[in-house]
Amino acid sequence: MAELLRTHPLEAWSTAFADLPGTVAVTAEPFVATVDVRLGTVDAAVSAALGVGLPTAPNTWVPAGSGRAVWLGPDEWLLTSTDETPEELEARVRSAVLPFGGSATDVSAQRIGLRLTGARVRDVLATGCSIDLHPRVFGRGSSAQTTLGQAGVVLLGLSDTGDDVAVLVRSSFAGYLADWLLDAALEFTHDS
Amino acid sequence: MTGPFRISEGGRIDRATTLQFTFDGQPYTGHPGDTLASALLAAGRHQVATSIKLGRPRGIAAAWAEDPSGLVQIEEPFPEPMLLATTVELSDGLVAHGVPGQGRLADVPDSARYDAVHHHVDVLVVGAGPAGLAAALTAARSGARVALVDEQSEAGGSLLSGSDVLDGAPALEWVASAVAELAGHPEVLHLQRTTAFGSYDDGFVLALERRTDHLGAAAPRHLSRQRVWRFRASSVVVATGAHERPVVFADNDRPGIMLAGAARTFLHRYGVLPGREAVVATTNDSAYDAALDLHRAGVRVQAVVDARPEGSPRRREECEAAGIPVLPMSVVTGTQGVDRVTHALVAPFADGQVGAAAAIACDLLLVSGGWNPAVHLFSQARGRLRYDEALGAFLPGEQLDGLSVAGSAAGVFDLAGCLADGRRAARAAVAARGIPAADDDRLPVAPEPVVPAAPLVLWRVPDTSAAGGSTQFVDLQRDATVADIARAVGAGLRSIEHVKRYTTIGTAHDQGKTSGILTSGITAELLGTPVRDTGTTTFRPPYTPVAFAALAGRDRGRLFDPERVTALHDWHVAAGAVFEDVGQWKRPRHYPRPGEDMAAAVLRECAAVRTGVGILDGSTLGKIDVQGPDAAVLLDRLYTNLMSSLAVGSVRYGVMCGVDGMVIDDGTVLRLAEDRFLVLTTTGGAAKVLDWMEEWGQTEWPDLRVHCTSVTEQWATFPVVGPRSRDVVGAVFPDVDVSAAAFPFMTWRDTTLAGVPVRLARISFSGELAFEVSVNPWYAVAVWERLLDAGRPYGITPYGTETMHVLRAEKGYPIIGQDTDGTVTPHDLGLAWAVSATKADFVGKRSFARAHNAHPLRKQLVGLLPVDRDTLLPEGSQIVEFAADGQLPPPPVPMLGHVTSSYRSAELGRPFALALVKGGRARIGGTVHVPVNGTLVPVEVTGAVLVDPEGARRDG
Repeated sequence: MAELLRTHPLEAWSTAFADLPGTVAVTAEPFVATVDVRLGTVDAAVSAALGVGLPTAPNTWVPAGSGRAVWLGPDEWLLTSTDETPEELEARVRSAVLPFGGSATDVSAQRIGLRLTGARVRDVLATGCSIDLHPRVFGRGSSAQTTLGQAGVVLLGLSDTGDDVAVLVRSSFAGYLADWLLDAALEFTHDS
Repeated sequence: MTGPFRISEGGRIDRATTLQFTFDGQPYTGHPGDTLASALLAAGRHQVATSIKLGRPRGIAAAWAEDPSGLVQIEEPFPEPMLLATTVELSDGLVAHGVPGQGRLADVPDSARYDAVHHHVDVLVVGAGPAGLAAALTAARSGARVALVDEQSEAGGSLLSGSDVLDGAPALEWVASAVAELAGHPEVLHLQRTTAFGSYDDGFVLALERRTDHLGAAAPRHLSRQRVWRFRASSVVVATGAHERPVVFADNDRPGIMLAGAARTFLHRYGVLPGREAVVATTNDSAYDAALDLHRAGVRVQAVVDARPEGSPRRREECEAAGIPVLPMSVVTGTQGVDRVTHALVAPFADGQVGAAAAIACDLLLVSGGWNPAVHLFSQARGRLRYDEALGAFLPGEQLDGLSVAGSAAGVFDLAGCLADGRRAARAAVAARGIPAADDDRLPVAPEPVVPAAPLVLWRVPDTSAAGGSTQFVDLQRDATVADIARAVGAGLRSIEHVKRYTTIGTAHDQGKTSGILTSGITAELLGTPVRDTGTTTFRPPYTPVAFAALAGRDRGRLFDPERVTALHDWHVAAGAVFEDVGQWKRPRHYPRPGEDMAAAVLRECAAVRTGVGILDGSTLGKIDVQGPDAAVLLDRLYTNLMSSLAVGSVRYGVMCGVDGMVIDDGTVLRLAEDRFLVLTTTGGAAKVLDWMEEWGQTEWPDLRVHCTSVTEQWATFPVVGPRSRDVVGAVFPDVDVSAAAFPFMTWRDTTLAGVPVRLARISFSGELAFEVSVNPWYAVAVWERLLDAGRPYGITPYGTETMHVLRAEKGYPIIGQDTDGTVTPHDLGLAWAVSATKADFVGKRSFARAHNAHPLRKQLVGLLPVDRDTLLPEGSQIVEFAADGQLPPPPVPMLGHVTSSYRSAELGRPFALALVKGGRARIGGTVHVPVNGTLVPVEVTGAVLVDPEGARRDG
């Protein structure tokens, strides 16, 4: 049977994103397998079973294999993988955490990722995000669950200079957020 | 030269460039750096408007936001009501006119951009006068993150209005070097034209930046016109200076009467002489600077009228050297003139008694009654004020965590003192943040301050005339006078808050910047109580008016409220769907064909589903993954019915109630594994139900080993519905035996399509044979199109929420929130079968034991059929019945209930409705009436299930 084609929620925005200057570059990230992990205690045994040490410092993320482990709460993480299907990832993580009283749920399609790079990224985010994104506070390895405009997002700091941030947003809000970002970037599209 | 009152040099204006503007229909010119007020004064024009109640001519009484009178309407570049001529920066092509208290909003949409920025700092300094600049420099040199905001077009504060000297050079040279130094610090944000208007807990300060107004029509369209800054500061240094206050006397509102300090500002900053012949009335030393500066600039100063018994020997000598007469122990009791002051009436003043007045000719009357520290931001942050008897002013009366006041705002009025106080405040702020102070925080040397002679606190000059204070204006904008305060006190009002509301003093655009403390003083005098006991009215944000457009920012138009869309949204748009807002979701309501209205489209869609096959985008349904060994226990406790007995592979309908036993949500539950369920909620209830589960799990039953995760957007869900749905689903998923025997109602099966996992569930919200197809939304469009392709031979019809509503209502399925209102139990809905009699407990169970729960007259869900088979009952209609004699009972006519859902039914061939009716089930078969457009429409009460009550269709 013919393959099923996938459609990205932000396909229609790709041209507008491409027209943005390098100071506020926005790209929609490809689909990525993601599970929501719930677990009471993180110890060496769990880390060994998972193959990654889940971060326990609030509002941080760490590289995890091909993906990332993002702290969402005292007992909740997002775990992503670029070399497994959503089903494979959920099955692997679920079997790893079940013995420890944990759970794992495939949430790959719950959110989509946007990558924001450039010198003006902080300025754009500051027009709609109330938390402090200064590199002294929000460098590489930082994460935050917050709102951007009126959309709930997860922000991941990808650099120590504040010019590289990943934004995870609920798929249904992606179009709103894309419009919002383009509108916010308008001020910088006339920079010489 | 723009105007006869413009001097040839000096000031902060660019004489090389001339701007054209129009005021009250007259052409005028000005320069960059002018305000509308300074440009009008340069032309010799003082009168700006007439007053709101009395129609008295009013002019420019101050040089900035404290002006109580000079309100204008801007017409070009964009209509804006009620701005102060003193705060409107002149731009080429500006068109404005004075307004008597009320302006006019634009009748066209404002196309300018407005936005907001969040900004975090260690130290926020408000005010770029000497104290603020010293504070900002001190903090910046330590490496702290600093923001400096100031509402003027350039830094300098009071230094812009005088001729001060620092380090032996003009003070503005130091201002320029300080601004340049701040610009070199990468962690410093310096904003001019930015008014901090609100100060809140924890260092949260709101400020409005006017970014492009001064550019007029040349403002770039891609920049926001105004920006709201949302500062979060570890420490705030309030260096907002002080407002001069007038002394109240009769006819003190004529154009040409202004604050003494304002005249210095117009002279030094704008190069404008506010008159030719001046009288200066004062109670303190500061107004002498105005008298001397104007004299040097060529104004004939007729007299300095000083109310103090002692006066100021030093100042008097300075004036005598300049040939300016000083009249000690004298006051201005009144004025003459019509559109402009022509004479000041000056009288001896001793022991509170006024002697006989003599008229002194003048076209400018300057007044100073002392200075009120601008404590607004401190007071907004709940800082207590104390009254200083000597200054006659309210000062910060306590230390606040994270907010300090420096300079004139704290009652420090000399330049050296302001610089030192700014540095002190910044050092403390930086130290509190744990940042070491810079080695070098040198500040310029100011001349040794001269201690001024003691001021006299004088709120008003006694009015011995027949007018009795009725022309002694306290709040010029409100036309409120001393007589009005006397009337308030005479009416028994004692609280300054009551006096404010009785007189309306302090409620205008300026929020009492000049009138507020005067009112406290005059009220105290009239009551014979100390001013400190009278106190002030409460300072509330905003400090100056803020346009709603600025507060709305970018949350307008398409960005007003997020539109949530499903993975199929573009398909729906292409298919011509008419959308309905369901919460923030955009859901297709119906898919009209050319020429169809909604009624026709819905009848067609309904018929297609009941006779063939339809397909719905149900992706917005709330979905919650519930995992853990105690998952079944949690669901047993939250649903009214038993979920633990559900077999893996099966589906059960469930009702959820609040602790009061009232229905809060319903939906279906799929058991995925022994320790895993998928809970489906209503579209609108998704977040609420997840919160509800978390609340109970976290606060009441933390021992339960269960986790709940939202998967609403993890699954795109398409109900394929109708007698031919089995053919369609069977064709797309050949691996699945879709026969009724192999795939019974209320079960689910997992399968794959081209390797992609798909879940099928036999759930029906229409009573028809139906399969809900769920897939990862990445593949939603592909799967939807496969289903459409397979359904084409059967005329598969996409249908929207309206058809979904009709189909479910025909089956009596309630929609929680439409057919219920928070007072409805499962029993009222006819869902007693879904309430477990055997479970030990569940949320809401206790309430079902209340006697009233079984009351026969509770409102119950029933069906209604209009007897005329034609009337569509409006939803929300009341239901009444006739008395035994066939007449309506006397008013108020008892209401039996109301229509909750009402539609035309293709299946029934007539309209029908659902309703909550008192004792409704006992009325089945009877007739009640519904008033529709003034007519009582007879309707038959029926059971709630009007189509296929036997349930014969669900298996096709």
